[in-house]
Amino acid sequence: MELVCPAGTPASLRAAVEAGADVVYCGFRDATNARNFPGLNFSRTELAESVTFAHKHGVHVYLACNTYPKAGSEDIWHKAVDDAVAIGVDAVILADIGLLRYARDKHPDARLHLSVQASASNEEAIRFYHREFGVRRVVLPRVLSLEEIRMLNRRIGVETEVFAFGGMCVMAEGRCSLSSYATGESPNMNGVCSPASYVHYEERGDTTVSRLGDFTINIYGSDEKVGYPTLCKGRFSAMGKAGYLFEEPTSLDVTAILPELADAGVTALKIEGRQRGKAYISQVVGAFRASLDRIASGQNGQAGIRGNLTSLSEGQTDTTGAYRRSWQ
Amino acid sequence: MTKSRLAMGPILFHWDENHKKDFYAKVADEIDIDTVHVGEVVCAKRMPFFDKYLPDIIERLQAAGKEVVLSTLALVMSEREIAQLREIAQMPDLLIEANDVSAFGLLSGRPHMIGPYINTYNESTLEYFASKGARRISLPWELPMSSIAALGHARKSTEIEVQVFGRVPLAISARCYSARAHGLHKDGCRYVCGDAPDGMDVATLDATPFLAVNGLQTLSSHYIELSADVDHLKAAGVEVFRISPHNLDMVQIATLYRQLLDTKIDSHELRDRLHQMQSNLAFSDGFLHSLPGAALKETLGQPVE
Repeated sequence: MELVCPAGTPASLRAAVEAGADVVYCGFRDATNARNFPGLNFSRTELAESVTFAHKHGVHVYLACNTYPKAGSEDIWHKAVDDAVAIGVDAVILADIGLLRYARDKHPDARLHLSVQASASNEEAIRFYHREFGVRRVVLPRVLSLEEIRMLNRRIGVETEVFAFGGMCVMAEGRCSLSSYATGESPNMNGVCSPASYVHYEERGDTTVSRLGDFTINIYGSDEKVGYPTLCKGRFSAMGKAGYLFEEPTSLDVTAILPELADAGVTALKIEGRQRGKAYISQVVGAFRASLDRIASGQNGQAGIRGNLTSLSEGQTDTTGAYRRSWQ
Repeated sequence: MTKSRLAMGPILFHWDENHKKDFYAKVADEIDIDTVHVGEVVCAKRMPFFDKYLPDIIERLQAAGKEVVLSTLALVMSEREIAQLREIAQMPDLLIEANDVSAFGLLSGRPHMIGPYINTYNESTLEYFASKGARRISLPWELPMSSIAALGHARKSTEIEVQVFGRVPLAISARCYSARAHGLHKDGCRYVCGDAPDGMDVATLDATPFLAVNGLQTLSSHYIELSADVDHLKAAGVEVFRISPHNLDMVQIATLYRQLLDTKIDSHELRDRLHQMQSNLAFSDGFLHSLPGAALKETLGQPVE
């Protein structure tokens, strides 16, 4: 399986290349990509230099242009696709139907991948994107079980890429307005979820309150580690009980099921985290590289990897998410 | 300007069969409404409870002069769900609402519309759907007025629809949060989502109302209420105005919006009458005004929160 790794900066891209990535994905420094965070992402020049560096090492670069173009401002997204193709990236990752059509018409030879933000969760949706826009690979939404992925791979003639490690949306991606309900800014329109500029922490007696916009997302006792208030990982109250209604503060980690994913016909594994620093990238990419190499040589891929990665997980706990049906 | 039309969205909640039958009987006989949506949008597990009644309900609504739209699932995951979509795509003479791209792919060449769960954010996407024969596009809830106006300007014969009343669907998941809140999994859910006819109230730990859980779906706690903006929406090219069913007197609510669209009452009167019906409803209009979706810009004489 191909190892697809995140980079939010040219330094992280180099770190990923050196740690054994097969592919690095990144975005331009604006609202055209779904990690539109301050201080992150690539200028045109940085992308061009990074592509040269990666190609010299036999590593591919994908450009994510995976937000939904704003009506009246589509030219910003068109320019991002044009520039990425001109720079020579190996694939462009898109979500919006109008933008897919633009890219297909304007750059008939470009390799187009369907972003997870398009939420193509079944064979008919994938067939549609393949038939209409020649999409060659689909990044599967994190709603499917291993069995469902295996069935899909048998029935579609398109490569699939699945999330392997890092932050995990519990909602179908590209179809969630929770962030904009609380802050006015959303993954689809602004490339952000629960953005830092709307986050504040308050001390209240012995407790720490994390807030997003006008809403309390969690209240931590003095013995609890305070986490970032990502809306769907918050603690809320329903039916008289307080708890993690949607999901615990946990991360996705598929190291336990790598052989099963390979057996299910998955083409590529994607590591989440363009917002992460280069030390994190080096460690995660290195661990997955070693594990995939061990599996390729017929050994147990899991040995040694878990201890390395658990300390990096959000809240220090991990899950295989929807891949195991019991999660649902 | 063509006459503004009123549409009743699909029932999002797992009401029991009698509740649903009563609702559609009232809609057929007592409401001056142009379009009525039927069909399950949220969870395929609910379908067997009501699918058998749909043909009669569709016939009754059509006999009452309503345009009937069959709405389809928002999140399609299993082969069984795909097979159901293929069957639906064969049904003659019915306008079908695609809420997932899979359905859209199956519906080209027959009467269909694009539902609000499909991402129509810009002119190119709208033009693509129009080129494939979409008769109407119901816009996603988070779009601001500027986007709606740009889309209204770009459209040719495709109609544009916007939801003006009801809780706003904010997210959908493979995981069932109604089941999870009861300590259950989706596969053994006991249909606990049916206990909450307007969704299970979710509050922050400060006891601020925040969200409403409806099985796989998460909605806003606040009810969107866009009566104050209806004239702007009409001017922007919006022709169809959707109200979403709740466990309220929907006959009266539909009548109020009908009168508003026909300029027989104004938005202040509509809001006052809604409050008289149900004093504890909290309203929002933030998405339209480029504010947090939960915000309310047009307070219309209510005390400001």
